[in-house]
Amino acid sequence: MFLENATVESVTQIGTNVFLLKLLSEKIANQAKPGQFVNIKVSDSNFPLLRRPFSICNIESNSFSIMFVTIGGGTHVLQNKQPGEILDVMGPLGNGFSLNGEYDKAVIVAGGIGAAPFPYLIKELVKNGKEILCLTGGRTKNDCITYEMQNVSTATDDGSLGFKGNVIELLASKFNEIKNDKIKIFGCGPNVMLKALQQFCKTNEVEAEISTESSMACGFGICQGCPVQSATDENKFLLVCKDGPVFNVKDVILP
Amino acid sequence: MSEVDLSVSIGPLKLRNPILLASGTVGYGNEIAEFVDLNKIGGIVTKSLSLKPRKGNSPQRVVETPSGMLNAIGLANVGVEEFLKTKIPFLQKFDTAIICNIAASTVEEYVECTKLLTSEASISAFEINVSCPNVKEGGLEFGNDKKAVARITEEVKKVSTKPVFIKLSPNVSRIFEFALAAKEAGADAVSAINTLVGTAFDITTRKPKIKNITGGLSGPAIKPVALAKVLEIKRNVDIPIIGIGGIFSWKDAIEFMIAGASAFQLGTVNFIHPNISETMINELILYCEKMKITSIKDLTGSYIL
Repeated sequence: MFLENATVESVTQIGTNVFLLKLLSEKIANQAKPGQFVNIKVSDSNFPLLRRPFSICNIESNSFSIMFVTIGGGTHVLQNKQPGEILDVMGPLGNGFSLNGEYDKAVIVAGGIGAAPFPYLIKELVKNGKEILCLTGGRTKNDCITYEMQNVSTATDDGSLGFKGNVIELLASKFNEIKNDKIKIFGCGPNVMLKALQQFCKTNEVEAEISTESSMACGFGICQGCPVQSATDENKFLLVCKDGPVFNVKDVILP
Repeated sequence: MSEVDLSVSIGPLKLRNPILLASGTVGYGNEIAEFVDLNKIGGIVTKSLSLKPRKGNSPQRVVETPSGMLNAIGLANVGVEEFLKTKIPFLQKFDTAIICNIAASTVEEYVECTKLLTSEASISAFEINVSCPNVKEGGLEFGNDKKAVARITEEVKKVSTKPVFIKLSPNVSRIFEFALAAKEAGADAVSAINTLVGTAFDITTRKPKIKNITGGLSGPAIKPVALAKVLEIKRNVDIPIIGIGGIFSWKDAIEFMIAGASAFQLGTVNFIHPNISETMINELILYCEKMKITSIKDLTGSYIL
């Protein structure tokens, strides 16, 4: 975990309202694991006041990138960053995905901007000899992100691209083809999607890890602002920032 | 070597410098210690401790507001027993003041917590939270009741072998009356201020953005309010004050000392700039040198009205 003044290398638009921000930070790039995140102070002013958390999207030598959709004040500021500008970045934070395990095929399930942590994960999984199947969905073709994905199938609610329906329905439709493989699912997306994925995994007895999100103030455990209910102990909240953001699908009850 | 003396006293408690980390913004110190050398600052105030562990409120617990944030954590904490067993061993490795913040639902619980903690040698003082806005019982109910504040202070003082500070609520008409009640009941100092009650709505769902409906407002937005409360206490009651509320820079901290604070606490800023408590030390020295102040304690209450 470092506090770094990272230099902006590039801001690239990769889809409708979807951007990739590449930052130079040797320390963060060298330490980060897939699924970890950074917390960025996007401006020097009190707007926005708090840092904004972003999944680490990819690592290239001494640089890392984040993927974001412009939705609010913070992301608009980021979208307009110029190469050479300095950003105050804290990271890498959280626990990340586990790369090893008794499976041959990694099934990536992404909903909208939930595609963000997967380019780096896919790269590392391929290095570990895993087969990759990517399923990615969105409301329309504009919300469906396939960046750096492999062997990819898409789903859109309005049928404007690929399968008509949500990404969990797409997963269900593909399941017969893959259920005899040794698979593990990696999911990221809105809570409604992750809850459907939890149900799917329970019904079909499939192992999965999910990357969750939450409002948070600090990103490293001191504000206690990002609790998620433990599935194994009703008297316990886990923290998305410190105990997550990646959880075994069985370990949390999502809000 | 600098000739500026940064040491201060809060009543009987001597500190290396006036920089304290505020309760609820640094847990029990282990995470923030990755960014700050705790040996260099005045001290750390623990997350509020209750007799039994508290799970805290359901999410959503925090939301950003203009120049501030609302929180309703709900005093999530490990409880006194676990604190003594697993948190104190880490904290006592540092040469820094450890101030235990205590929260409770009844006077008896405050007393019980204090009794259990006071024999721990490495604890320097207690800060009694009579002003948490985010729990159903105790908390702000006590903070709005002068007699309750006095009674809690008196009972805690009876069993405490350490200095006792009372953390006051700003959600009252005349805060100095509460400071006076605390003083007359034997408090060694008051901490001012806790958060201001606030809320925010989602205009699409029409629901509060915080699950608890209201939360405590903190950050730069509350600094002018906090400064005015510190000044009000200073002008009316002879008791040491620990200033808190929206301090984001060394300049803010100096303002609090001028207004009457003997020491100050950094809160919300730790979430954003977790190393600021250490980096501001040099800036305080530079300010004192520039202003020809040899001892920073001379700043306390040095306002010219």
